[in-house]
Amino acid sequence: MSVREATRLTAPAQVAPAAADRPRQKRRDGQWWVPWLFLAPALVLFVYFKFIPMAQAIGMSVQEVRPYLGNTWVGGANYAEVLGSDGFRSAAWNTIVLAVGQTFGSMLLGFCLALLVEGQTRKLTFIRSAAFLPVVVPLAVVAELWRIMYHPTGDGLINQVIGLVGLGPSGFINDPHTSLASIAVTGIWRGAPYDMMIFLAGLAGIDRGLYEAATVDGASTRQRILHVTLPGLRPVFAILFVLAAVRGFRTFTEVFLLTNGGPNGSTEVVMTLIYKLGLEQSRLGVGSAGAVLLFGATLVLTVCVQLLRRRRAA
Amino acid sequence: MSAATETALGLTESKGIGARLAKFVIYAGLFTVFAGPLLALLVGSFNHVSDPTQLSVVPRTPTLDNFRIAFDHGVLRYLLNSFFVVGFGLLLQVAVSVLAGYALARKKFPLMTLVMVAILATMMLPEEILALPLTLVLADLPLVHLNLMGTLAGMIVPLGAWAFSILVMTEFMKDVPRELEEAARIDGAGELRIFGQIILPLCKPALGVIGVFGFTMIWDQYLLPLLVAQNSSAYTLPLALRTLRIDPAVTPGVVLAASLLALLPSVLVFLFFQRSFARGLTSGALKG
Repeated sequence: MSVREATRLTAPAQVAPAAADRPRQKRRDGQWWVPWLFLAPALVLFVYFKFIPMAQAIGMSVQEVRPYLGNTWVGGANYAEVLGSDGFRSAAWNTIVLAVGQTFGSMLLGFCLALLVEGQTRKLTFIRSAAFLPVVVPLAVVAELWRIMYHPTGDGLINQVIGLVGLGPSGFINDPHTSLASIAVTGIWRGAPYDMMIFLAGLAGIDRGLYEAATVDGASTRQRILHVTLPGLRPVFAILFVLAAVRGFRTFTEVFLLTNGGPNGSTEVVMTLIYKLGLEQSRLGVGSAGAVLLFGATLVLTVCVQLLRRRRAA
Repeated sequence: MSAATETALGLTESKGIGARLAKFVIYAGLFTVFAGPLLALLVGSFNHVSDPTQLSVVPRTPTLDNFRIAFDHGVLRYLLNSFFVVGFGLLLQVAVSVLAGYALARKKFPLMTLVMVAILATMMLPEEILALPLTLVLADLPLVHLNLMGTLAGMIVPLGAWAFSILVMTEFMKDVPRELEEAARIDGAGELRIFGQIILPLCKPALGVIGVFGFTMIWDQYLLPLLVAQNSSAYTLPLALRTLRIDPAVTPGVVLAASLLALLPSVLVFLFFQRSFARGLTSGALKG
């Protein structure tokens, strides 16, 4: 998204003004330092809170960080330790499972929701707003609420509900077999309505004439979805995939609050592990190596999807 | 006009008793799944919920005890902290984005491409990943050597660097016609005047978008405040929920009451500014 965006945004800048325009151009744009003055606050804040921390993360990842004693260069040792530790590998695996589960769960459910609530009636507007509410509820509240709903005994709220159809009672977040799936369900509950809204915007952009043409040609609803709606939504799927996957990789709050990695490490994800390494064990070098790897994974994923989209578009 | 209401599934067109019943069941189900838990939260915060099994959407004996106990545990303080952070954080974020957007949209200068790419690149840099090194920067700000750890200011200043808002402002400001600006310049208006009285007033829809998105984003912040606040006096309300839950003397009902206070501001902002919200969702995600 952003690379493409950038080229589009800056395209006009590359068109050099004709020589005859130069004097007027100069007067119109004022002094050379004017834009920099407007940019100054942003530049200072971005350098301080984005670029310096990023450089520091990379720097620390190749050092042993010892507060007050000075850091020592250790090269790839932190990376080797991270990649070699069972804890990190299982956290990375959990992160991927969670990200994949949440991404596809949210997209699938969001797509179905969008199809169901598409339309202009007042009733549908109401349903849409109600369904969207989870997205604007702070994640910390979502986690605390689901913690209560996931109460592991038979009279917990969700256990009562699934008991109606003869299931359960389940331990949910307290049972190592269901804990990761339970967190994914909570994530889908909050992610699906977001995806729904984006899908709705995409649905609104589909040419109505195509639907009409399909109906005239005697296409069934299923055929209409398959051959008109889905192809029309292809760019939306790509964008949602990247957004949701990146969101999945950086998951921290809901895991921290629902299970804090437990029970038995069954829900430990990369971010909760980094948090523990960095804060509780003061192992900033190793924690940073983990963070840099996570960033690398995010970057690779984003670039891959961009390239795939480019190729398909070309 | 039937063509205008045509949808992918064509649900709105389906009539007849069976179809209506099916639709009712579907929509009731949707409502229950997504709004039901929040309804249970609302009901629970006004009821005695002494253990998690008593969570229900059916009100029993209404009470304000949960809120009273929550306030006894300092929830008002945490709420004020949250409002302080969101107020100043949003002010900073919007001011920075509007100024930067003006330069990027209305000026041509060397290195502009580089600046734009650098700012946009940070959108791929999840803030969680930066959180740990960010706390080191906050503990000793380069050049000025200030320590912002443990202060609300430490949660606020990093919020100023938010690429999404700059992107939205830049895109929007680009569409303001040059003629307006040139006419003002001929009338002798200075740079600040053009910015403040010509461009900015025309950007209200974009200001709405970055305001609403900024608010919900800041209100939802968790890891950064968690790392910056070194003790509970600097906690924001979302952070305090966990402290409340861990306290054995506090019932789930009290946690629900505090949760209600923690979700109301962003839910209200969403309900009041739904149009800005929808516009931002599509402008932020669908381009490219």
